[in-house]
Amino acid sequence: MTSDRIAVFGGVYSNYLALDAVCRDARRRGAHTLYCLGDLGSFGPHPERVFPLLDSHRVVTIQGNYEVSLAARRDDCQCGYTDPRDNRFARLAYEYTAEKTPEAAKDWMGSLPAALRKDFGHRSLLMAHGSPRKVNEFLWRSTSPAPFLRRLLDEARTEVLLVTHTGLPWHRRLPDGRHVVNVGVIGRPANNGRTEVVYALLTEGEELDVEWSWVAYDHRRLAREMEEERIPKEFVETILTGWWTTCLEILPAKERAEGRF
Amino acid sequence: MSCPDPGFPQVPFLGLDTLWFQVAGTVCNLRCTHCFISCAPDNHSHGMLDLPTVLRALDEAVELGVQEYYFTGGEPFMNRELFAILEATLRAGPATVLTNGLLLDPRRCARLKRLDEGSEYSLDLRISLDGWGPEDHDRIRGPRAFDRAVAGMRNLWNAGLNPVVTVTELAEGVAGAEGRERFLDRLRSFGLTRPRLKILSLFRLGAEQRRGRGYLPSERLTSGDVIDPERLQCSSGRMVTSRGVYVCPILIDFEGARLGSTLRDSLRPFSLAYPACHTCHVQGVTCRT
Repeated sequence: MTSDRIAVFGGVYSNYLALDAVCRDARRRGAHTLYCLGDLGSFGPHPERVFPLLDSHRVVTIQGNYEVSLAARRDDCQCGYTDPRDNRFARLAYEYTAEKTPEAAKDWMGSLPAALRKDFGHRSLLMAHGSPRKVNEFLWRSTSPAPFLRRLLDEARTEVLLVTHTGLPWHRRLPDGRHVVNVGVIGRPANNGRTEVVYALLTEGEELDVEWSWVAYDHRRLAREMEEERIPKEFVETILTGWWTTCLEILPAKERAEGRF
Repeated sequence: MSCPDPGFPQVPFLGLDTLWFQVAGTVCNLRCTHCFISCAPDNHSHGMLDLPTVLRALDEAVELGVQEYYFTGGEPFMNRELFAILEATLRAGPATVLTNGLLLDPRRCARLKRLDEGSEYSLDLRISLDGWGPEDHDRIRGPRAFDRAVAGMRNLWNAGLNPVVTVTELAEGVAGAEGRERFLDRLRSFGLTRPRLKILSLFRLGAEQRRGRGYLPSERLTSGDVIDPERLQCSSGRMVTSRGVYVCPILIDFEGARLGSTLRDSLRPFSLAYPACHTCHVQGVTCRT
């Protein structure tokens, strides 16, 4: 009997080239179901190119804050930033995405579930965007201590919790054997100076196996298309260098220290 | 058990995410003219917290699943047990210390760096400034306070720690986007090449009532106000002082804001009956960076 294996990824951010590469990689690695935890649009070009790929790769998708906002035709993404500069860039990304996303796609976003529960082997698994309690809550590794995660898992009645929203991947196994995984995002690099993007492969067994897969894609082409679409150069720079230039003020001390800016 | 006051909105209690410690009580090495709890060298209305008291609260906090811890005063570094307290805290979760920066000499900064490296959780330092330069800042905080705060920042930076600089609205023009950019440039000029900045609201309490003004009768919430618990730290935070557990860091001079002796006592809704609650409601005051 083979073990069940799934692929889980976060924020596509309109990076349709990375989405295609990640889905192919996940199938090649034996994932039989692919899950996306929301935020289909944001920094990247041509948001409309994401939807056919989600369809052809049969990706099971839940809502992120972007989908909640776009479906409701809100004028802001509700990303949850507190810094004016971060919010200015978030607004630019959202306005571009809102303008270029087909109305039918916005309606479809409204039909997506906010969270997804699943039995994975003998474990219960819950997928959410920010956290089980709030779509735009940031769960960073350095500010999500084990006792707090235990409370979140208790309240959500699950043994495994998968989230995204922050853009930085991490996995914490609690002393009681339960797991919390922030799967990161595939829309932009993880502020580590690498241009690849990352997603999580989960394999069930006696021990839950959580493996990171780093995927290269044609990031130069994406950068060119972003420039052609007059997307802010700060976003393009991140794609080309792997270092974040925006969304920095929300980072806790440890995560901030790991980046370049 | 206090009864809800029908004249004011009630904030529900959503779960204890944030725990504050009044670690230096109201004892401070400065006597700032805008301090909402009138901290001073001779203000002992709340005393220093000792290590056993903090450890007891931490045990309770871990059981309750607290996410993050904040340390304030007074001046936290006046508490001789602060390093032992931080070491214990950083085993339980992330810690942030609010300081005026005066005691951040290279030796203390090196110790803080070691604490930071020894924990998987974040240790954050916040240094307060009240102006663009000594002329504004020192008028509020006293002679040479600005230069000494900047020296503290530099010492942290040189030790490999990047503080968050917190600036009150008293710094002329800092609240707007352009003012904020200019202030970041100001911090870069001190050698902080990746500056972090947080703007703080003023609370018209304590010394600030005498420096500026107190709250107007209209600056109060009423039962008709619709509140958003997500924007209020009292829905998910509490403050431990030497005199018990209070609803928040702002109201520790008000006995009605004392919710009990232990954290468990304090996990209940609160009536927003104080004028300062109006500030939090209007401005969405958050502890986070």
